[in-house]
Amino acid sequence: MIVWLAIGLTAAGCYLLKLVGLLVPAGALERPLVQRLAALLPVALLAALTAQQTFSTDSALVVDARAAGLAAAALALVLRAPFLVVVAAAVAVTAGVRALGG
Amino acid sequence: MAVGLSGFAFGVTSASAGLSILQTCALSLLVFTGASQFALVGALAAGGNPFTAAAGAFFLGTRNAFYGLRLSQLLALPRAVRPLAAHWVIDETTAVSLAQPDRRAARLGFTVTGLTLYVLWNLTTLLGALGAEAIGDTDAWGLDAAGPAVFLALLAPMLRTATERAVAGLAVLLGLAFLPVLPAGVPVLVAALAAPAVLWFQGRAADRTEKGTDR
Repeated sequence: MIVWLAIGLTAAGCYLLKLVGLLVPAGALERPLVQRLAALLPVALLAALTAQQTFSTDSALVVDARAAGLAAAALALVLRAPFLVVVAAAVAVTAGVRALGG
Repeated sequence: MAVGLSGFAFGVTSASAGLSILQTCALSLLVFTGASQFALVGALAAGGNPFTAAAGAFFLGTRNAFYGLRLSQLLALPRAVRPLAAHWVIDETTAVSLAQPDRRAARLGFTVTGLTLYVLWNLTTLLGALGAEAIGDTDAWGLDAAGPAVFLALLAPMLRTATERAVAGLAVLLGLAFLPVLPAGVPVLVAALAAPAVLWFQGRAADRTEKGTDR
């Protein structure tokens, strides 16, 4: 039931965000500070989520095979690999390190 | 292809986070914005309450409001169509529409991209959710690394200037530092404060440079 509540809230919230952009008059969201903040908010959230989902198990900080997987993804990104290769590299390296007992 | 893989990865991640197949598919059908969906199931898997988990997903979705603003001028859709079109306002449809030479092509690009991705995203989500059950221990296959890799791939092209890098660095520190001490789902919201914090510091630094010319 709790999961359905979270799904309902997220679906409603994310839909309203999409709709509001199409409905508000142009110019309402065009103030430079609002634009800057809107561009930086995903940067902060994605960076924090990447770190948390790599370096934690529940509420404990850990370094395990996922760290190697993320390093592989970062290397793939530096080499300008396509999205598919980036994710596949992370998955394959994580699985490989675990198979070796890491 | 990329959307197909991340749809599959989302299905697997969501199923191994403990969501049922119906819940996983409902998310892809009703939310239809990948980063928010990954964030929500990640927060729920970590034991976050539904409100903080949904808040993280909501803030990640704010960029879609700004996409909608640009598309609204570009596509000039009739008011009656807007509530339907809104559901497809995402990274990919915006990128395709903005790349078109005129309004006709932009409308066509938006519709074709929106429809294609919606069908593909939902089919691959279902396959991923079903696949997760067949695979069993998804961690042994390294599939728990797919979520953070998707986030990193979305983040990398955003890190253009020192400002973005400072925000990302501060957000990582805040997100990890508060993880052991605050309830699940809250640390990521604290980390979001990195964005206004860096902007505020920049504003102050700019003021000081201006005043510095008096001395």
